Amino acid sequence: MPETPSAAAHLTDEQVEAIGAELDAIRAEVVDSLGEADARYIHRVIAAQRALEVGGRAALLFSKFPPAWIAGTAALSVAKILDNMEIGHNVLHGQWDWMRDPKIHSTTWEWDHATPAEAWKKTHNYEHHTFTNIRGKDRDLGYTIMRITPEQEWKPSNLVQPLTNFGLSLIFEWGIALYDLEFDKVKDGTKTREEAMADLKTFWRKSRKQFAKDFVLFPLLSGPGFLQTAAANLTANVVRNVWSHAVIFCGHFPDGTETFEEDRLDGETKGQWYIRQMLGSANLSGGKLFHLMTGNLSHQIEHHLFPDIPSNRYAEIAPKVREICKRYGLPYTTGSLPRQYGKVLRKITRLAFPGGGPKADVTPLPARPKPVGTPVRLAG
Amino acid sequence: MGVLGDIGRRARGAAALFTQPLLPDDLLGTLNPLWSASEPHARVVGLRRETADTTTLLLHTPRARTPHRAGQFVGIGTRLDGVWQWRTYSVSSRPRDPRRLAVTVTAVPGGTVSGALAHRTPVGALVRIGPPAGEFVLPDPVPEKLLFVTAGSGITPVMGILRDLVDTRPHALDGAVLVHCDRTPDELVFGSELRRLAATTGLRLVERHTAAEGRLTPDALADAVPDWAARETWACGPAGLLDALAGHWDRFGDPDALHVERFVAPAPVADPGTGGRVTFTTSGITADAGPGVALMAAGESAGALLPNGCRMGICHTCVGKLRSGGVRDLRNGDVHDTPGQSVRTCVSGAAGDVEIEL
Repeated sequence: MPETPSAAAHLTDEQVEAIGAELDAIRAEVVDSLGEADARYIHRVIAAQRALEVGGRAALLFSKFPPAWIAGTAALSVAKILDNMEIGHNVLHGQWDWMRDPKIHSTTWEWDHATPAEAWKKTHNYEHHTFTNIRGKDRDLGYTIMRITPEQEWKPSNLVQPLTNFGLSLIFEWGIALYDLEFDKVKDGTKTREEAMADLKTFWRKSRKQFAKDFVLFPLLSGPGFLQTAAANLTANVVRNVWSHAVIFCGHFPDGTETFEEDRLDGETKGQWYIRQMLGSANLSGGKLFHLMTGNLSHQIEHHLFPDIPSNRYAEIAPKVREICKRYGLPYTTGSLPRQYGKVLRKITRLAFPGGGPKADVTPLPARPKPVGTPVRLAG
Repeated sequence: MGVLGDIGRRARGAAALFTQPLLPDDLLGTLNPLWSASEPHARVVGLRRETADTTTLLLHTPRARTPHRAGQFVGIGTRLDGVWQWRTYSVSSRPRDPRRLAVTVTAVPGGTVSGALAHRTPVGALVRIGPPAGEFVLPDPVPEKLLFVTAGSGITPVMGILRDLVDTRPHALDGAVLVHCDRTPDELVFGSELRRLAATTGLRLVERHTAAEGRLTPDALADAVPDWAARETWACGPAGLLDALAGHWDRFGDPDALHVERFVAPAPVADPGTGGRVTFTTSGITADAGPGVALMAAGESAGALLPNGCRMGICHTCVGKLRSGGVRDLRNGDVHDTPGQSVRTCVSGAAGDVEIEL
């Protein structure tokens, strides 16, 4: 029997399926209304990203001149963030495939990221989005180098994980790329050495070009400004890494998000799937520009419910999803970036030490009958 | 050119190191869609209302385009409600000015794309444009005795051929016959130009107004053109007319002397093969593609969102790389099984199990 998630334990089977039907209806409404305005949106974001990148790199040809360095680095940082977050991540989800534009399509897109698009679609679109917050299956959750749920066994090496986390945020893109190579799967025998070598080769082909572009070719173009341009590119990469790390860690780890046992997947219905996505994700509040810069992963809950709906539509469906959660007594976790990231850091720090199991300061649950099975909740 | 081409390739390769993961073409296309070589665009620079439901679009096309041959068609892609839609249209302009292409579009009742192109395309609009294709062309040298049989918008490719002949080989029109059908004299697309052609060249124009005289039958054609069997014939029009003509030529004439142009998906070959299981490796979707079923149709019915366009093998939008196995070209039965080969999923079926990168 699939385990009932704690915060949804009060729901009857009929209610679970009714929630599923309501969410299906929201999805159908958005899909039916996709049109020219949406197409214009993604074209504009892509054009803006390319203008920022070209403009930034042009300014950095004169990187010995400090104002050019600052302007170029800022433009390039924003360009890289837009490329990864609002464009790359979402195009690779197939959010824009409906336009039938071979130029903006999940099968043809490549992004400014160390992880090749193909590998990303497998580890992220498939593994993470299918097995969201299932311990042992969702690899985003099971970060092997950190203990991020109290259910993970504590090891002495976890003591340094606040530092590990800081280091990871600086090199996040490379961390993801190496992680996506799944060497741990080779160790436990679920991936062959040949597959791993093939993935490694693809990664190497892509990443050496990425590296050469930022740290050899463009610096060389700047002539005497070689070092300044290399430093600017390094800065832009680090800015992008720190930003996307913060946004992504706030998506599933803050207080109020749940993780689930593997056996929950047995016979999971569509309604149960939706509820797992909602309870396992957390939003970030902010303005329009903020949502754009997070790639609308500030609407992580909506993104996990509808990973292939164009990101520009998440903002309009968020109130409807929130209303459904309220009506059915389900948590809808959201907060500002500093607040949520603070909670994530606090949790990472707490879990560096043994213990850290369920605590009193989890989101108070609505009054409900005694849950069936063992509730699994992340502690603060 | 060899050396220049080589230098060009190297320059693009070097530029790609600076633009990757994009290609230089992506940036050029963002700046101005007309500069994209991989997704060529054309700009509508003029509109000519031919009749109430037919419009000729004059297109300014990119420099690097392959020139068309008179009688060929091109794929035209237009974005409607955010979605790229592809249709094919015959080129009605002469090949001598490849950067000014004319396509003549008749709004089909209920047709969203033809209606939008014919009635709601402003001057300055951008469309995508595919490579010229099609076998509906005159051989070289031009046969001595020509017959054209057209109906409705079937005149468009023939208009392209006639204009080209006027331009390059006017003597070939001397003694040629054009039998054209349309409902009334007013609805006849290119009517005045055709009548002028008939008056100034040796072309004999036979107009048949179907509202009054009924549809053209092979017998009526034989009455109007008694020496039809001695002529090399090009025919374009509704499927019913073309089927009737093909039957007539099969029985009473030389089938090889009849060239027809159809604007519907070609019928599958007689032996559609065995079919098989198709795996789209990128989307991870697997589908059963029965005998004669296009890979695209099989994938779509299994829920895959595949790139698609004209759905008849023309626009090259739906192309994926063959990873393993073999595919059968549903139009002619040819089997392709070279890994890495580009496969048009809309006109290819499975020849056994097959993997496509899409």
